[in-house]
Amino acid sequence: MAGTTATTPSTLAEKVWERHVVRRAEGEPDLLYVDLHLVHEVTSPQAFEGLRLAGRTVRRPDLTVATMDHNVPTAPGPEDPISVQQMSALRTNCAEFGITLYPTGDLGQGIVHVIGPQMGLTQPGLVMVCGDSHTSTHGAFGALAFGIGTSEVEHVLATQTLPQPKPGTMAISVDGDLPAGVSAKDVVLGIIARIGTRGGVGHVIEYRGDAIRSLSMEGRMTICNMSIEAGARAGMVAPDDTTFAYLEGRPHAPTGRDWEEALDDWRSLPTDEGAAFDREVTIDAAVLRPHVSWGTNPGQTVTIDDVVPEPGDEAAERALAYMDLRPGTPMREIRPDTVFIGSCTNSRIEDLREAAGILEGRMVREGLRAMVVPGSMLVKRQAEQEGLDAVFTRAGFEWRDAGCSMCLGMNPDQLTPGERCASTSNRNFEGRQGRGGRTHLVSPAVAAATAVAGHFATPSDLDA
Amino acid sequence: MKPFTTHTGRALPLDRADVDTDQIIPAVHLRRIERTGFGPFLFGEWRKDPAFVLNDPRYAGASVLIAGPNFGSGSSREHAVWALEDAGFRALISERFADIFRTNCSKIGLLTVELPAESVRALMDAVLDDPSTEITVDLRELRVSAPAVDERFEIDPYTRRRLLEGLDDIALTLANAEAIEAFERGRATRLPSMAPTGRPA
Ligand code: SF4
Repeated sequence: MAGTTATTPSTLAEKVWERHVVRRAEGEPDLLYVDLHLVHEVTSPQAFEGLRLAGRTVRRPDLTVATMDHNVPTAPGPEDPISVQQMSALRTNCAEFGITLYPTGDLGQGIVHVIGPQMGLTQPGLVMVCGDSHTSTHGAFGALAFGIGTSEVEHVLATQTLPQPKPGTMAISVDGDLPAGVSAKDVVLGIIARIGTRGGVGHVIEYRGDAIRSLSMEGRMTICNMSIEAGARAGMVAPDDTTFAYLEGRPHAPTGRDWEEALDDWRSLPTDEGAAFDREVTIDAAVLRPHVSWGTNPGQTVTIDDVVPEPGDEAAERALAYMDLRPGTPMREIRPDTVFIGSCTNSRIEDLREAAGILEGRMVREGLRAMVVPGSMLVKRQAEQEGLDAVFTRAGFEWRDAGCSMCLGMNPDQLTPGERCASTSNRNFEGRQGRGGRTHLVSPAVAAATAVAGHFATPSDLDA
Repeated sequence: MKPFTTHTGRALPLDRADVDTDQIIPAVHLRRIERTGFGPFLFGEWRKDPAFVLNDPRYAGASVLIAGPNFGSGSSREHAVWALEDAGFRALISERFADIFRTNCSKIGLLTVELPAESVRALMDAVLDDPSTEITVDLRELRVSAPAVDERFEIDPYTRRRLLEGLDDIALTLANAEAIEAFERGRATRLPSMAPTGRPA
């Protein structure tokens, strides 16, 4: 991203970047100010310990917020002592440094990328970081939000800044109308299937076009969430009336005069006419279909109408062996053992409504394990107020407490070796959901329909 | 941070593309709150296969890792980097590293060297052919040398200086505390905050 002035047309990412430069010096990365730092139990203990060892403190506890998500149990069960120690470390650290924490048992608790937007903390134009690669989720609001490692977490805790090399800019336009039955998850899987898992390395992606504009905030979050799966540093969508309507009235959203001022400011953020991106990709929305991944990275994805492809290289051969799949098998003939609806990609209220709408009056296929894990305790409460929990449990789904759950094989919710899962999460890496587990990434609609059919299916297949 | 100037050692050839951090260290090993002791969990699942290259005694003691492109993709877990360091690795060579992973390496003094695909291939083949092959990675001269290869590499000057001198970048940033304070004075008061005043009941 070149330096910009008021007269040079610039992109959304460049505008947000330029506003946050604390210090710029020749031969050094820009020092960026961080407006909001999200913290969770897994990537923070060593950072707090580093602070203590160096005799440092947290510069802006008021711009830092913590929760427990990755390693929390989502159902009652025996407690793992190592995990208990990790949670209690976060409690101790937050108490010692004055950081607001939403621990398990608190209504504010949930997956870090679900609670930020829910509280209205995630706002257009901010720079946000978290020791988690899916921080890109928050870009759906027009924030520049990216994942960092634990050393960087310590850096932000101590200084509220981060030295960052400027990423390139990349536009992905999804033009036209999405066909019926094609969700945000299908859009992002379709993008990654096209540009590959290295397609965005070194870049911030801005998602543009009518198909993106027509999506709800939940849908935009799903898309930005998976930017990292294309290797990108971050993903963004320009703020618009959909964004403002979502934010208005949330606990941390500005009010009164501040709200008016904020709106004026936010309306100045979208990419200027004529601004140049380093790379541009255009996708015709009309050709998108529901997608299912077949391999062990998110780029190894086809539409549900396709068959398992012939392996093009050694990596694909290894993936097929791991997934125990034969080329030429129609995706619809693959039968999962388990269906997981959850994760920071697809566990918001809209995702649960969509899945419940399909499950209403239907039953999970016998022998299939199915669970739904709301992204936050507030999402859980709202779903219960709407009666969605009853729909899920009547259909045969387990209804859990909030957490990352089976998105990663860390907490008690895990696949067993060889178990095949239709999952609304974001990563189908080997063992991601548990040792030897086989993950197929899908949308909430396909997950719900698959649970009923017993094989990969779309909701319209159920009516056929 | 330990400075990195130059290092010579034998190498482990990991001839796979897109190795993600879930493979480098599976999530089940991330429950510990310490920063050390992750080495035994490096490639935690793959190493259960006796044929996995890490189990080949001819490569025991390797301190340079040669990997396929897009090494370190996926999760931001720095535990992956700690595991490599703990297992004795000092430098990693690939055509391309994932962004967060590369940054994480630079923060703890583990050198990542990006070389053109042909050069990585040549190094990989040399080490597969003869496991006793030694590779020298010289950050002062920006050179990778081995019997089959002698190649310059690029690295951004800031990271290079930090690694050469073993500088703690938090200290470097805190030396600019005035610039941070000045920036903070200019921030709009309407920006979100967890401070009690900014937080309606
Ligand atoms: S839900 Fe999955 S991807 Fe999201 S933060 Fe949790 S572990 Fe990471």
